[in-house]
Amino acid sequence: MDILLQQLINGLVLGAMYALVALGYTMVYGIINLINFAHGEILMVGGLVSWTVINALQDYGLPGWLLLIIGLICAIVVCTVLNFLVEKIAYRPLRNAPRLAPLITAMGMSLLLQTLAMIIWKPSPKPYPLLLPTDPIAVGGAVITVTQILILGISVAVLAALMWLVHRTKLGRAMRATAENPKVASLMGVKPDLVISATFVIGAVLAAVAGVMWAANYGTVQHTMGFMPGLKAFTAAVLGGIGNLAGAMVGGVLLGLVESFGAGYLGDLTGDVLGSQYVDIFAFALLIIVLTLRPSGLLGERVADRA
Amino acid sequence: MNTKKLSVFLASAVGLVLVPLFVQQFGDGPVRIIDLALLYVLLALGLNIVVGYAGLLDLGYVAFYAVGAYMFALLSSPQLTNNFPALAAAFPNGLHLPIYVVIPLGALLAGVFGVLLGAPTLKLRGDYLAIVTLGFGEIIRVFLLNLQYPYNITNGPQGIGQIDALHFFGVDLSVPLHVFGYTLPSVTLYYYLFLALVVLSVLICSRLEDSRIGRAWMAIREDEIAAKAMGINTRNMKLLAFGMGATFGGVSGTLFASFQGFVSPESFSLQESITIVAMVVLGGIGNIPGVILGALLLAALPEVLRYVGSPLAEMTDGRLDASILRQLLIALAMIGIMLVRPRGLWPSPEHGKSAAAGSAK
Repeated sequence: MDILLQQLINGLVLGAMYALVALGYTMVYGIINLINFAHGEILMVGGLVSWTVINALQDYGLPGWLLLIIGLICAIVVCTVLNFLVEKIAYRPLRNAPRLAPLITAMGMSLLLQTLAMIIWKPSPKPYPLLLPTDPIAVGGAVITVTQILILGISVAVLAALMWLVHRTKLGRAMRATAENPKVASLMGVKPDLVISATFVIGAVLAAVAGVMWAANYGTVQHTMGFMPGLKAFTAAVLGGIGNLAGAMVGGVLLGLVESFGAGYLGDLTGDVLGSQYVDIFAFALLIIVLTLRPSGLLGERVADRA
Repeated sequence: MNTKKLSVFLASAVGLVLVPLFVQQFGDGPVRIIDLALLYVLLALGLNIVVGYAGLLDLGYVAFYAVGAYMFALLSSPQLTNNFPALAAAFPNGLHLPIYVVIPLGALLAGVFGVLLGAPTLKLRGDYLAIVTLGFGEIIRVFLLNLQYPYNITNGPQGIGQIDALHFFGVDLSVPLHVFGYTLPSVTLYYYLFLALVVLSVLICSRLEDSRIGRAWMAIREDEIAAKAMGINTRNMKLLAFGMGATFGGVSGTLFASFQGFVSPESFSLQESITIVAMVVLGGIGNIPGVILGALLLAALPEVLRYVGSPLAEMTDGRLDASILRQLLIALAMIGIMLVRPRGLWPSPEHGKSAAAGSAK
């Protein structure tokens, strides 16, 4: 029973982070139909920038939580500027190009950001300073750390803010209109370029938050840290039905839970033939199963309107 | 074929045959690079069937490459006989199959994997297919990494070594061959084998392109619903494209394994899949000469960079070495070429134009 609860907590924490990143994918896809492969790298940049800032300020004797907040703010600023530029340089000129062209620049951007990060921060993994109390808190037989509580809390707050933004503000309405039909939206006075830039900026904020959380939770940062979370988050977005905000959240949390329970129980269930090293397979196996049974994702109601 | 075309054709044929004999003067290294580049040409041609003709974005193509490579590695190295005494008893001299058994076998196995993956996933629309194939590639890689327990099949991250060279009719490609007083080193022999297969593949691809099947694929690429309405069995045609593409991957894999003499999961990362997609798209998607150009550029240029690696690493305090520069250049090429020429360096002629080009007129 304790293990069950523990895996539930771990899965929710992981899922919250996946959900934050998945939203960035799903929003961009919803508006310009592009798989933004570079999105995972934004998470990585967020993690590394906050690491640099925190290390630079560590000698001034500031409290840990303040350092973390400063690191987070710097990461958000750098990531939003970066994602804004990425869209402007690599995606905008190709908006009417053949379908594969922006996809290739997106992959190129991902590789470029990773390589630049490797040059700037060097390839070795770096320990992320422990800024919050590390004593685990007992919850009904399982334990949870302060960092994990914060991850859950911040994720819920960020998700709520995003929902409010998309459904209650003028910008959100413009985003939804552009996703529905960019041409008609622009006839109604919506500026598509502005909306698309705003989408990338919002996605970058979410990815930066996720990046700092990821770094604080796992205690290490590296130029490759964005790759797997990016891939899994994209899987989560597809799982939930890409282009659908609620779907991205459901997909993220579901994926987090499946991975955490899978890692915990797979060894026992299969008599140690398949161990937790196979955990990376779950995301993709689950994806293949779900898409085979429900080709538009769990919550995806928008079926192919373009060939 | 008029005489001018014929003479160009003959000149390039003679040129291609003579290339390694010239390059050989500079040692085995440069010939090796050309060999690997030819291998990538083969891979890119295979992926071009899937992505270029049928318009199915496959981001896990490297999985089929891996299947071919590991199949050959298992059949032609001591790995299996060392770990399974029963097999060792059955084949006391080990399994050493000749090329005309191994290559069709690799093609068949990869083709079967292609159809297995394709069957449940081909009804998905474009971008979903991309992510599912990507996932499939990762699944294969994770299995290769971990299938060493409870039975050691793939030897995990260490990979499988001591793989036989290809051999047929008494010719062993790892031993220099003496003909007419000339000595052809192993790398040059591989060059001729790879060249022969590339030529064969180009022939197959160009015939396919003009065949009923090729036209059906292109119809599906342009508009699947219209293709279906015209009586094309889209499911079977897509499966065929997947299977054919996978076959090319499998053959390249067997060649790769024997050429290197060693395989490990590291060679089959997602990065590799993306590089192959980039070759196809950068060169000119759906156009055979373009695809070959893209493959040669992306495969050979970065290898050449290895020679500038160590001075560069000294100059930049170890931050920038050959492999990092290689990645940087591939990344910049992917972005730059797409921005300047979104249809690739050498796009296909107008008749097979895509929806985007059609709307421009």
